[in-house]
Amino acid sequence: MKHSPLPASSQLLRFGVIGVVVTGLAAGFAWTAGWVGPQRLSAQAFVDRFEENGGVHPGYRRAHAKGLCVSGWFESSGAAAGLSTAEVFQPGRLPVLARLSIGSGSPHTPDIASPVRSLALLIEQSNGEQWRTAMNTPPVLPVGTPEAFFEQVGAMRPDPATGKPDPATMQAFFAKHPESASFLRWAASNQPSSSFATTRYHGIHAFNLIAADGSIQPVRWALQPLAEAEPLQPDGDPNQLQQEFSARLAQQPARWQLLLTLAEPDDPVADSSQAWPAERAQLEAGVVVIERAEAQLGGACQDVNFDPLVLPSGIQASADPILRARSSAYAESFRRRTREGAPQAAAQPEQGAKP
Amino acid sequence: MSRPQIFPWPLRLLHWLMAVALLGMLFVGVGMVASVEGSQPTLVAWHKSLGVVLLALVCLRLVLRLLLPTPPLPADMPGVQKLAAHASHWLLYALMFAQPLVGWAMQSAAGYPLVLFGQWPLPALLAENAGHYSLLREAHAWLAYTLFATILLHLAAGLYHGLIRRDGVLEAMLGKQRPL
Ligand code: HEM
Repeated sequence: MKHSPLPASSQLLRFGVIGVVVTGLAAGFAWTAGWVGPQRLSAQAFVDRFEENGGVHPGYRRAHAKGLCVSGWFESSGAAAGLSTAEVFQPGRLPVLARLSIGSGSPHTPDIASPVRSLALLIEQSNGEQWRTAMNTPPVLPVGTPEAFFEQVGAMRPDPATGKPDPATMQAFFAKHPESASFLRWAASNQPSSSFATTRYHGIHAFNLIAADGSIQPVRWALQPLAEAEPLQPDGDPNQLQQEFSARLAQQPARWQLLLTLAEPDDPVADSSQAWPAERAQLEAGVVVIERAEAQLGGACQDVNFDPLVLPSGIQASADPILRARSSAYAESFRRRTREGAPQAAAQPEQGAKP
Repeated sequence: MSRPQIFPWPLRLLHWLMAVALLGMLFVGVGMVASVEGSQPTLVAWHKSLGVVLLALVCLRLVLRLLLPTPPLPADMPGVQKLAAHASHWLLYALMFAQPLVGWAMQSAAGYPLVLFGQWPLPALLAENAGHYSLLREAHAWLAYTLFATILLHLAAGLYHGLIRRDGVLEAMLGKQRPL
């Protein structure tokens, strides 16, 4: 079986070949991971930027850090059953685990100091599939690409003197991004209400509903409150909205109608900065009913990552690039906070409403 | 018992299939955790389903490896090298089991549903627990780096046999019968 020995020079050459193959693979791996090579926009860079703005609060979400765990159910009307095979849209009732929050990256921000409020839902189907969605008050985003969104988060860095974003920087950002017009119109007309329960929340991105015959209908969803809104009256309590919500639940549950807006063929379905024409058809897909609230620390929503791409079959992500970038940023935030462990409730006395 | 010169074809097929798939999984894995490209969600979905398929394949492979006759290492190989060869092969098997199991378990611990190829819901391996998720998530990364390093070593050793020692070890997996 023995070969005659190789001459030293060709042995050296062959060792060289082996070396090149192995180091080439290793270098390709490091490049793919982003450890070497050009700086690319990454999930880690996004979360770093959130941390620069809101500070690092171990164990808390890197965005929407302050919130309240709530739960109830979704009563589907079946109105969207013809558009999507997902069980959530068939007539019937499914349990809901949800979280109400404000937009800030710090768990210590007063409830009414943040212009953005959010409602995130997790609806579990009987086959184990889930629909997770994280909704915000604005119906559109100021910009439509992850790169521009990254720039926006940078422009929102709080000025150390005021603790707020620098208005001149924000203005310059919006001027550079005329696609923000739709968002700015909303921001100018938005009247914050006195309650999480009377706030309208938007899914912002388009999603595709898949019918039994395979046909695709892009939609945007929103939760329209069923209770009458009243204007916000600041009462000095940093947890004003959480307190109000818990007190309200002692009287009656909070309810929202789930509205699906149906896109027409030429509507922008891959750009969350662009609104659709107001006359688009809407479906009342069902009612979200929330009847219990608990502090997030130790609450059922604390360890839930409301990744908007956890979808049941029958609902799919659209091509919206910001929607598609969200999942990996959420995963990175979840990885960091679970590595730190849950924050201690006693160390955060101002956190959360009494259940 | 007479041992063959080359690996039986089912083991060769599984070896090369899994070699390509595992390298693909490793590259896609480290790429997708950083990526904010539009392809990212699709890559993650494929990563999970293909990972579960690889778990099934390594089970099959282990059974075949224990049942089918395999060629011996060359008699003139130094003892340390033989030991290193055997140890690294069983390390590779251990990692090929652990890596997808940890991936699946970390999905369960985070409370994410796992639906194979968007069609077949799989059961959770563990109860939801954020602390367990975190340990498994870090393990999925470190086991992956260890697997990649072991694969590189294994590749270097295979090429050393094929190009330098030229002792038939590489040919045994390539399936080249040598004249007796
Ligand atoms: C042999 C099979 C597998 C290999 C070689 C592999 C490899 C990898 C690698 C290299 C990473 C990147 C780790 C990092 O850089 O942090 C990764 C991430 C990941 N893997 Fe796997 N994996 C395998 C199986 C699985 C399975 C079976 C699942 C789930 C069912 C899974 C789910 C995931 C997920 C979700 C991530 C991303 C986690 C995050 O974004 O936080 N993997 N995998």
